[in-house]
Amino acid sequence: MAFPFSAIVGQDEMKRALLISAVDPRIGGVMVFGDRGTGKSTAARALSALLPPMVAIAGCRYNCAPEEADRCPDQCGSRKTAKVPVPFVDLPLGATEDRVLGALDLERALGRGEKAFEPGLLARAHRGYLYIDEINLLEDHLVDLLLDVAQSGENLVEREGLSVRHPAKFVLIGSGNPEEGELRPQLLDRFGLSVEVKTPQDIEQRIEIMRRCDAQERDAAAFAADWAEADAKIVKRIARGKKALPKVAMPDATLQDAASLCIAVGADGLRGELTLMRAARAYAALEGAKSAERKHLRAVAPMALRHRLRRDVLDETGSTARIDRALAELFG
Amino acid sequence: MTDTLMAARLLAAAPGRLGGIWLRGAGPEREAALALLTGALEGRAVRRVPVHIDEERLCGGLDVAASLAAGQRVEQAGLLHEAAGGLLVVPMAERMSALVAGRIAQAMDAGAGFALVLLDDGGEDEAPPVALTERVAFWCEGVGVAPTPDTNLPEFPSPSTPPVGVAQDKLQPVAEVEGPVSTLSNTSLDTLGTNGAGEIARSLANLSLALGVDSARALLFAQTATRLHAQWHSRDAAEEDLAFAARTMLGPRATRIPQQADDTPPPPPEPEDEPPPGDAESEQEQHDPDALDDLVLAAALASIPIDVLARIGEGRSARRASGAGGAGRKRASQLRGRPLGARPGLPRGGARLALIDTLRAAVPWQEIRRQQEAADAPKRLRIRKGDLRIRRFEERAEALTIFAVDASGSSALARLAEAKGAVELMLAQSYVKRAQVALIAFRGTAAELLLPPTRSLTRAKKVLGEVPGGGGTPLALGLAAASELAESHAARGRTPFVALLTDGKGNIDRQGQPGRAQAGEDALAAARRFAAARTQGVVIDISARPQPEAAAIAAAMRARYLALPRADARGVEQAVSALQFGKAS
Repeated sequence: MAFPFSAIVGQDEMKRALLISAVDPRIGGVMVFGDRGTGKSTAARALSALLPPMVAIAGCRYNCAPEEADRCPDQCGSRKTAKVPVPFVDLPLGATEDRVLGALDLERALGRGEKAFEPGLLARAHRGYLYIDEINLLEDHLVDLLLDVAQSGENLVEREGLSVRHPAKFVLIGSGNPEEGELRPQLLDRFGLSVEVKTPQDIEQRIEIMRRCDAQERDAAAFAADWAEADAKIVKRIARGKKALPKVAMPDATLQDAASLCIAVGADGLRGELTLMRAARAYAALEGAKSAERKHLRAVAPMALRHRLRRDVLDETGSTARIDRALAELFG
Repeated sequence: MTDTLMAARLLAAAPGRLGGIWLRGAGPEREAALALLTGALEGRAVRRVPVHIDEERLCGGLDVAASLAAGQRVEQAGLLHEAAGGLLVVPMAERMSALVAGRIAQAMDAGAGFALVLLDDGGEDEAPPVALTERVAFWCEGVGVAPTPDTNLPEFPSPSTPPVGVAQDKLQPVAEVEGPVSTLSNTSLDTLGTNGAGEIARSLANLSLALGVDSARALLFAQTATRLHAQWHSRDAAEEDLAFAARTMLGPRATRIPQQADDTPPPPPEPEDEPPPGDAESEQEQHDPDALDDLVLAAALASIPIDVLARIGEGRSARRASGAGGAGRKRASQLRGRPLGARPGLPRGGARLALIDTLRAAVPWQEIRRQQEAADAPKRLRIRKGDLRIRRFEERAEALTIFAVDASGSSALARLAEAKGAVELMLAQSYVKRAQVALIAFRGTAAELLLPPTRSLTRAKKVLGEVPGGGGTPLALGLAAASELAESHAARGRTPFVALLTDGKGNIDRQGQPGRAQAGEDALAAARRFAAARTQGVVIDISARPQPEAAAIAAAMRARYLALPRADARGVEQAVSALQFGKAS
């Protein structure tokens, strides 16, 4: 049983980033930097468990929504739908391309001489979350491939004489400790948001972590019940945010703020501005605001830009500090 | 009972909750702990994981050969599944690849319920993958003297339920295995009362902060172990129980030494001679929370292994796995990289079946094979062993550049600064080149591995911030340290390259004694050993007036010699890159 999302102590920025990605999955994945044992995977798991079950074609191996069933490679004959939990796929470090993309179905090929496709982890993660712990240790070509699919929302397999195309829209959550190896900047840039997590350095918070984990271990059901109300509130917030998202206004002043901020910190490429804009809008929707204002922009600027700054071998200042400095200089 | 044995005992009571134990070093204590664990978990599965296990065996999957023979799907169970509720023993854990470690870590997160035992025979700079050490509760020494042989192990005292439910069935569901454990913690909680529990949590939180232990997992492990330890002694949790958790979990994980308000210096770290729990502490029975914390802190400090202590003293973080991912490299070429085409072979040992090629090889023989069989043979594809093809991939071996820098004398600072600059420049591109960089500095009477092989610029910056220079020139020691590092990584499938920055004038010999003549001889001997191992390298002399000594060393090393007077970091980096990778970056 997953740990209740609302019971996670501290880690406000990570929780905010996850909620924003839940409101607007198009923002792209979330990259979580931090040491081990800081609750990265707990938070991701908790979020996927929190989300209300989704409607999918019953028994479909691709988690197809009813309206996209026409594109399903299985051509699901039945239109019967079922409620299934939002998938959370934990990608193992040593996963091979076959497992991720899907491959020729061995059993059917050998036993019956049929050429059939066996969907991989990407199909299983469709409409849910794909979590990769220690993404910095994953093979480069796999990371390339994952980011590509995450962006296009579609998995195209052209190998072993197969030609299969199936939808694969998921929120990619990567985690890693930069001290154990870094990600290429080009790859980092393709993550929508990034957050840095640390274990709280405050006694009371640490005690609270122990208290809650202990309570959960002793009686998971009762613990979940205690937090059910708080969790339900978050679910409501996400649902309201999703609904309001298309209507949230994006005033010119905010766009200007976004552009000048990106210039000030020297974020490479246009992706920074686009993500900043989308994240500000999603955050405004989450907060129930009618338009995205400067305060929303400020709240999301570090997570949207932190990983896009050009790294200067000689500048010791951390990215977060550079963004904070720029924010203070520009907006006071 | 020593701490290691006590840890094993508690682990047997709650394998799923405590995750496992990391036993450093081989010795009678380790054997005793293993025997205790297997004895306590009698009836449960005990599985050993060889370092080179393949994924199919570990996680289970299709048994291709059996499937083909039977003409239907034959699954093989994975080791991780078989070990559920029992023991998973990893010998030579320091050599385990990140791939296997990742799988095991994932299974543990999913609640596999086995106790992981990491047997670590590694040296000072080797450690099992962090993904695993993070998930095991106890970090203990296994080298201790032989404990008193107690064949009649005392039963774990428990009010009602036996602590370790003797399993009738190997494949008992995890929930059932965990059952007695929750009873355990419930009962101990009852006796503790909420006040006691709060005090323990506060002490542990204080302690973990003071020692710089940031993982919440360690904190939760410590909480569980404190309770179990108290219950083992049939009492409310007291400072001895906290001290036990501090010694076996928090102390070894320390990343900093707390400043103590009083003047008690940290006791000398002698892990073997730890006082048995309750020896020193029992005289002080006050319940002043501050005094309690001090006692526990002292216990934790005493348990910090010497090498960790030394690193903390130098401002470096605790042991990190440097060997992760190494051992499996060569074989990994059957899994990933650029595809090369198929060749005949059996899909095992990590090799993947090349299906289309296998079918293509089998097709021409179908008619003949059918005729050979009886008329009523079932209609199916006839694939023989000889048809099987496996995939091959090309994977470039990872390169490792080792900078060995002479940090002695007056030119030390300049030379070190340029070497550090070169390290950072190389790291900035290491991702593209699939290369790691390490830095050894030698001065005074020792050579020191300042930066263990890494691809991380962040880490390099952290470590290389303050490096002292000056003193004598132990060239022989520096060279020996560089070849040792190079050889140990060559053994793991990497391609090392040593860049030695020196003027070649050693004046400290192998024993650390001054004396130019002996030092020179020792340096040449070390250089010849370097040559014998066929490691690639270069000697760079960046002194203003290059001297023949460095060239002589280079000749003995069978390495290139470069005199680069007034070279800067970029110059050094370009020279090394050009020699190592064939072209300037």
